[in-house]
Amino acid sequence: MIKIHKILILALFFCSSKSFALIEVDITRGNLNPLPIAVSPLFSDKKSNTDLKTDLNIENIGEEISTVVENNLKRTGLFNPLEKKAFLQNPDLAHLKPRFEDWSLIKAQALVTGQVKFENEKLRVEFRLWDVLAAKEMMALAFTTVPNNWRRVGHIISDKIYERLTGEQGYFDTRIIYVSEQGPKTKRIKKLAIMDQDSVNTKYLTLGNELVLTPRFNPTNQMVTYLSYFKNLPRVYLLDIETGIQEVVGDFPGMTFAPRFSPDGKKIIMSFAKDGNSDIYTMNLESRIVERITNHPSIDTSPSYSPDGKFITFNSDRSGFQQIYVMKSDGTNVKRISFGKGLYGTPVWSPRGDLIAFTKFRKGKFFIGVMRVDGSGERLLTENYYQEAPSWSPNGRVLIFYRETKSNDKGEGFSAKLWSIDLTGYNERQVPTETDGSDPSWSSLLSN
Amino acid sequence: MYRSIFISTAFHLLIIITTIFSLPFIAKKPLDLPPIISVELIQITDKTNIPFAPKAQKIIDKAKEEEQKLVSEQAPPKNVKKIKPEAIPLPDQKVDKIKKTEDKQNPEVDDNKVKQVSEFEKKEIFDPTDIAALIDKSKENLAETNIKSNKVTQSQDKSMNLSGLTLSEEDALKAQIFGCWSIPLGLPYNENLLVRIKLKLKPDGTIIDSEILDHARMNKPGQSFYKVLAESALRAIQLCQPLRVPTTGYEKWKNLQLNFDAREMLEG
Repeated sequence: MIKIHKILILALFFCSSKSFALIEVDITRGNLNPLPIAVSPLFSDKKSNTDLKTDLNIENIGEEISTVVENNLKRTGLFNPLEKKAFLQNPDLAHLKPRFEDWSLIKAQALVTGQVKFENEKLRVEFRLWDVLAAKEMMALAFTTVPNNWRRVGHIISDKIYERLTGEQGYFDTRIIYVSEQGPKTKRIKKLAIMDQDSVNTKYLTLGNELVLTPRFNPTNQMVTYLSYFKNLPRVYLLDIETGIQEVVGDFPGMTFAPRFSPDGKKIIMSFAKDGNSDIYTMNLESRIVERITNHPSIDTSPSYSPDGKFITFNSDRSGFQQIYVMKSDGTNVKRISFGKGLYGTPVWSPRGDLIAFTKFRKGKFFIGVMRVDGSGERLLTENYYQEAPSWSPNGRVLIFYRETKSNDKGEGFSAKLWSIDLTGYNERQVPTETDGSDPSWSSLLSN
Repeated sequence: MYRSIFISTAFHLLIIITTIFSLPFIAKKPLDLPPIISVELIQITDKTNIPFAPKAQKIIDKAKEEEQKLVSEQAPPKNVKKIKPEAIPLPDQKVDKIKKTEDKQNPEVDDNKVKQVSEFEKKEIFDPTDIAALIDKSKENLAETNIKSNKVTQSQDKSMNLSGLTLSEEDALKAQIFGCWSIPLGLPYNENLLVRIKLKLKPDGTIIDSEILDHARMNKPGQSFYKVLAESALRAIQLCQPLRVPTTGYEKWKNLQLNFDAREMLEG
C-alpha cells in the first residue's frame, strides 16, 4: 500500500514537470566555418637562437615550430590560422599571460603560445592553448628532446591542439610511404619513398632496380609490407624502416600480392594467385603458419581487416562483376555489401571501424568513396579521370590516394600525384612529393 | 484477491495518468518540422483605445449586465430551507449594503416560491424581511467574487502564454547564435550531441552566469567529444554576447536555457 502511494506521488511528480517555466531555445544550426586560431610564434631567447643556429641552421626556432603547427592545422580544413601580421601582442609577453582583449579583437577564438629553450644540449618546448573568449587556459604541455627533433615536436603539439579542440585523435605525427615514380610512362623507375605527412624529410628506401607496388604500414610499428619482383615473380616483401632489412614473406609457388597487416601487426593478409585463380591467405609473421581464408573459383583480392580484427573486407568478382564483400576473419559468413552500379575495388576498413573506403569505376570515371560496413550510406567523395588506392589517416578522418592524369599516345603529359580528402568531401588537397607518387599508405601515430 | 485487483487498477490508472500527462514531454518533438514562418500575433489589450459608438456602448453594457445575471444564476439556492429555521434577523452592515443594491419588488413571496423561480427572477422578487434569503444572497455575492477571481486567473493564463518568447524574438536570438556557433567537425555522427546550457542574463543580454546542465558527462570516458562540443557552445554564447533579447519582460527571460544540438547539422 505504501509502495502504491509512493508510485502515485512519483507519477504526480512527473506530471508536475509541466509547471517548469524556464524558457528553452533550441539551437540546431551553426556554421561550419573553420575555427579562427592564432598561433603566436613560440618565444625563444637570443642565446638559444644563436646556439641552435649553428646546430640546425635555423634563425628562429620558435617561429619555425609555430609555422609547422600552423600549416598542419590549416591543412585539416577545420582551423583558420590567423595572419601573424595582425597579432597585437608580442610572443615574449603572450607566452607569459596573453592579453585576451587583443586576441579577441582580431577574432581569434583559440590561441597557442609558448617558448623554446636550449639547455644542456636539449630542446625544451613549452606550449599553452588558450580559450580566448572564456579567457582561460585549455592545455599546457612541455617536451624535451634533441634539437634535430624540432619538427616532430611541432607535429606533436599540432596533435594535442587538434585533439583538444575537436575531441578526436590527431594525425600529424605520422609518416606516409608511397611509390616514387620517375621517367616516361613506358619506362617508369619506381622506388619506395617515405616522408612526414607534411611532405618534408623524404627518404628513399629502395634503389629503383625492381618494380615496387602497394606498400602498406604496419599499424603497430615501423614495418612496411609491399609488393616487389623476385625472380620475375611478384612477391610480398617485408621491410623494417629503421634497419633497412627486407625479406620475402612466405614461400608460395606462385605470385602473391595486395598485402596488408592485421590490426595487431602479427599477421599479413594477402592474395595468392595460382592457375588463374586468386584467393586470400594470411601468414603469421612469428610462426610463419599460412592459412587459407577464401576458397572460391573467382578472383578474391584486396583484403583489409576491421580494426578489431574480427572481420575482413575484400573485393571479388564472384557475382560476375567486381564488388566488395565482408566476411568473418576465419573466412565464413561471406556477405556482399556493395550493390551500386559500377565496379568496386580496394576496400579499406577505417581505423575507427565505422566506414569502408573504396575505389569505384563507373562510366569511364574513377571515384573514391566511403560506405558503412553494412554497405549502406555510400558517399562518393571525389571523381576524376583515374584515381585509386585510398588509405586512411590514423584517426579515420582523412583519406590519401593517388591520381593520374591522361597522357597522349606518346605517353606525354602523364603524371601521378598524391591527394588527400577529408570525410566531408570538401577539403581536397594535393600532397606535394619530390617526384611523382602513387600507392600512398599512412602510418599510425609515431608517438604511440 | 481484492488486494491484487486494487493493485492492478492502481497500476492501470498510473499508466493511464502518466501516459496522459507525461508522454508529450518525454517524446519531445517527434517530427522534424520545417522551419517555422514567424507571424507576429498582436495582443489585444483589455481596454481598447478606440472610442465606442454610443450604440456599441449600450450593447456592451447589456452584455455585462447579462453576465452578472448569469453569475448570480450559479449561486446554489439549495440551502435555503435548511438555513431558514436557524436564521436570526440581525441587522448586518453587509446585509444592509446588499439591501440597498437589490431590487425591492414583490416583498411578500414565500420561500417555496423563491425556490421555484429562476435566480434571475429571484433577484427581482427580493424579500428584505427574509434573512435567510439575505444570507443566501451574500453567498451569491461570494460566488460572484469567486468567479471574478477565476477571471483573474484566466487573464493570468493569457499572460502565461506570453511568458515564453514570441516567435520573432526567439528567431532573432536563434539567428544570432547560429552565426556564432562553429560546430566542431570532428564529432561522432552516432552519438547524442545535445548540450543544454542554462544562462542567467542581465537586462541588456550580457551573461552573468552560464551552466552546463549535463556537466558530469564531460568527464566520462569515451565522451571527450562532449567536452569539445560543450566548449564550442560556450564559445558561441561568449562570442554572441550581448544576446539579442527582447527589450521588455526581463523577468520572463532572465533565466534562459539554450539547447545546442549539432546532430542535424552533421547529418544534414
